[in-house]
Amino acid sequence: MATLHVNIVSAEQSIFSGDAEMVVVPGESGELGILPLHTPLLTRIRPGTVKVKLAGGNEELVFVSGGILEVQPKALTILANTSIRAKDLDEAKVMQAKQAAEEALANRQSGQERAVVQAELSQLAAQLAAIRKLRK
Amino acid sequence: MAGSKEIRNKIKSVENTRKITKAMEMVAASKMRKAQERMRAARPYSEKIRSVAANLSHANPDYKHVFLQKRDVVRNVGVIMVTSDKGLCGGLNTNAMRMMVMKIKEWEGADAKVQATAIGNKGLGFLMRYGIPVTSQVIGLGDKPHLEKMIGPVKAQLDQFADGKIDALYLCYTKFINTMKQEAMCEQLLPLSGDKLGAPDSSWDYLYEPDAKAVLDELLERYIESIVYSAVAENIASEQSARMVAMKSASDNAKKVIGDLKLTYNKARQAAITKELSEIVGGAAAV
Repeated sequence: MATLHVNIVSAEQSIFSGDAEMVVVPGESGELGILPLHTPLLTRIRPGTVKVKLAGGNEELVFVSGGILEVQPKALTILANTSIRAKDLDEAKVMQAKQAAEEALANRQSGQERAVVQAELSQLAAQLAAIRKLRK
Repeated sequence: MAGSKEIRNKIKSVENTRKITKAMEMVAASKMRKAQERMRAARPYSEKIRSVAANLSHANPDYKHVFLQKRDVVRNVGVIMVTSDKGLCGGLNTNAMRMMVMKIKEWEGADAKVQATAIGNKGLGFLMRYGIPVTSQVIGLGDKPHLEKMIGPVKAQLDQFADGKIDALYLCYTKFINTMKQEAMCEQLLPLSGDKLGAPDSSWDYLYEPDAKAVLDELLERYIESIVYSAVAENIASEQSARMVAMKSASDNAKKVIGDLKLTYNKARQAAITKELSEIVGGAAAV
């Protein structure tokens, strides 16, 4: 019987790679059971468990937090997200990153002062070292 | 023997410094291996997503995503600058900053305003000192970068591109070539040129669920994120190998200094003994 080459990859690592008889994926518009020689398909997937039926009869379960499924007749690829994505969650992350930048800007004055003080300090240290050398 | 005690102290202090640099070298070497593995682990995803995106944009030439639209006049430039959080890694960050200064001058020469996203502490400090407005930032990524932390700052720039607040987005980072060689790079992220996606490997006619546009939109966003992620992974590998090399040369220098100091110390000791002996002999002769 024909098998399907399955690759489950995320941005940070390759999660699963191997041959399978059937793969069950939580597609965006319902569960999908993919058999070999399936017509090419591209869909988003919901967070859930991907069931991979291996050639030997064993099963492999992989949790994915959403992503994209690509099916070709003899190969199947799941581009898994590393975390659960939702629009407002992403939005919150944007806000967080912006806030950090604004705070840093507010503290900029003190940062600059610190840089000036550090420069003075290193100058003083160099002078000290020179004096010590002269004394020898 | 006033001089010899000072020399002894000096030798001791250089030896201590050498111990530290040696330890840092070994730590960096082991971290570098792991960082390189992570860099490789990120490759299949970006390869795959690239080929799917290439397929898709090839199959739908009539649909132009906003990320693929080229702007005629570039008035505002966004840049994502990836640097390390910590120093003591040779010229890594300095090279990246020099590259950045060159690019900023180029953009400002073309009457474009620059705004930046900083990934990493060193770049953030540089942008602040240089007076470039920082719209978003993330620092303290650690040795293991997580995509999750980068989503926010990257999306901030992507949103601005979609809103027309910036007309081009660049990514600056240090490319890992090999252990001895790292190169500061600045590449254009947006607008995505069709060439960068490359030609499709195969021409499948897909079924789309829910529809081609929704899938393409998501794919392109993930694609950009994966590019930024691999840039960060590569930057970390570069950082560790640059640190390893810098610490190795520091340890070698310390060894040389210790050698020189030991020679001086022995000479001083010998001179003192000779002096003492001649004093004794002189004293005996006088008696």
